Amino acid sequence: MEFLLSSAIGVLTAAGVYLVLRLRTFAVVLGTTMLSYAINVFLFSTGRLVVDAPPVLRYGAETYTDPLPQALVLTAIVISFGMTAVVVLMALGAFLEGGDDRVDMPRADRLPDHRAGDDGA
Amino acid sequence: MNHLLIAPVVLPAVIGPLIIMWMRNDLLLQRVFSIVGTALLAVVGIYLNWIAASGEVFVYRLGNWAAPFGIVLVLDRLAAMMVLLTAVLALAVQLYAVGSGWDRKGWHFHALWQFQLMGICGAFLTGDAFNLFVFFEVLLIASYGLMIHGGGEMRLRAGVQYIAYNLAGSTLFLAGLGVLYSVTGTLNMADMAMRVAQMPAEDTALLRAGAVLTMLVFAIKAALVPLHFWLPSTYANAPGPVAALFAIMTKVGVYAIIRFYTLIFPQDAVTETLLGDLLLPAALLTLALGQVGILGTRHLGRLASYAAIGSIGTLVIAVAQYTPQATSAAIYYLIHSTLATGALFLVVDLIGARRGDLWLRLDRVMPGNGMIAALYFITAIALVGMPPFSGFVGKLLVLQATADVSWSVTIWSVILITSLIAIYGLSRAGSLVFWKCYEVEGPDRPEAPKDPAAPSGPIPPRLEPDEQIQDLGDAPANWLALTATGLLLAGIVAMTVLAGPAVRMAEATAQQLHDPAVYIGSVLQGQEGTK
Repeated sequence: MEFLLSSAIGVLTAAGVYLVLRLRTFAVVLGTTMLSYAINVFLFSTGRLVVDAPPVLRYGAETYTDPLPQALVLTAIVISFGMTAVVVLMALGAFLEGGDDRVDMPRADRLPDHRAGDDGA
Repeated sequence: MNHLLIAPVVLPAVIGPLIIMWMRNDLLLQRVFSIVGTALLAVVGIYLNWIAASGEVFVYRLGNWAAPFGIVLVLDRLAAMMVLLTAVLALAVQLYAVGSGWDRKGWHFHALWQFQLMGICGAFLTGDAFNLFVFFEVLLIASYGLMIHGGGEMRLRAGVQYIAYNLAGSTLFLAGLGVLYSVTGTLNMADMAMRVAQMPAEDTALLRAGAVLTMLVFAIKAALVPLHFWLPSTYANAPGPVAALFAIMTKVGVYAIIRFYTLIFPQDAVTETLLGDLLLPAALLTLALGQVGILGTRHLGRLASYAAIGSIGTLVIAVAQYTPQATSAAIYYLIHSTLATGALFLVVDLIGARRGDLWLRLDRVMPGNGMIAALYFITAIALVGMPPFSGFVGKLLVLQATADVSWSVTIWSVILITSLIAIYGLSRAGSLVFWKCYEVEGPDRPEAPKDPAAPSGPIPPRLEPDEQIQDLGDAPANWLALTATGLLLAGIVAMTVLAGPAVRMAEATAQQLHDPAVYIGSVLQGQEGTK
């Protein structure tokens, strides 16, 4: 189980980092989603891995699992969900305004007398 | 429990939704409510400073739950000062946004503004590490909306970069918090500090990893080299008043560094000098890159952005020393540089409104040239740290605090040489914009080029309407915009005239920060009557 969990986190993170470094917004959005999945699973493991135990602490309880990481993961899921929606909308806006889905800034951002859309290539 | 402690979070959190739900279509009401709300925030900020000046640390336990189980807000001198600074900056910049007409260039400017203030004030007041993450997200999501206010291709493109960078940063923050939680078993900052101090030295490998991870996150927020890449495009493309408010956002990162590494990871404990060793070279590089950037850029918005990066460099050089004297210098410089950077972004926006774009090049004389020139040069002098303004006092304090440390020769030479570069860069930009324009003669700029490949005459024509500026003709109350800029400069003058009391206050704040026992005791003890 430890191996399964840690390798899942590792694979998700690696895929996420690779995708975030791509130059197209769609891949970047996918990458940030992967990264947030990886982190959510990782947060679960911060309360130590316990199977088949309730997430509450009672006096005399034999086993229990830490409830706090579960609350944190819930918060993190909600936030990353909202953030993904924002970045998708923003990427869509940039695509509609600029005509392409590149992540890097065109040369017109740094130098005068370049038309918007001139990527300086 | 003093309920006004939570007012800086609740007040904007109430006014923001009210503006969206009740006054969506009435800009006048929005302006009135939003400005009154920010003014009330400033009044609360003054009150909080007044009670925090006693040196006592105030704790607000939400729902009256006992720490470390419930979430706490903690008010000490530093938090109170940051809340007041935020409110003052926000009030002046908001008046500017109203006066220049920026707030009517798109929807929901004032609502987003209030949410932004809620996030910033919450980040300053919270005593819970996960809560800090949540407030970071609140201020970030509001800043995404504010940053693309007004729309336009470049702004949206820069916005995508900004969001992607900060999403990665937030992910990293969660990872850091997860590591810290797995080691200490708590997220309450005071409790965490106590447990870290008790931890046997051989068990601290993961803890150090967590400390460096959170440091990276705060360095992203503060835009320290090499994590600064998001800043120039974002700030240069954001609307002028929004960029001016963002002057406090990089300081949120610096605040978090100061808070975490005086409270949870003090230098003599597990992390030893690890973080100072990482911070100082990064800060020196940041300063050098920012000031060289001022010289190298051809865009006024980017010039102000690089000035912001440079001021963060100077600030973090002082923070990285971890001595009470250096921390007090950092606190003084923090107030000064927030006001000065904010003012510079406003002045740049004033120039943009009069020239039609922000490119740094020869152009016709703009209306009100002398007035804007005076504002620009006062801001520039304050920013580079020349006498007589507070930048000089601030830099002097930083130099004094680094006089007898092992890196002092490097630090002094970097600060002094880069200051010279910045003076050169800012005065070159100023003389090009304000003085050389008198040499330009001829008719008004042509409306549109016939052939964009061959620009006619000595002045290249503007290619298309620039979304980066708010045209002067659209400004409803230009006097208000000028007054608001003047307000920030008045703040700089006040920091200069009242340098003595300000430095004494900074020293008291630094003393309190370097004695975390009071903070920890206030949070964890005296909890009778809580649940």
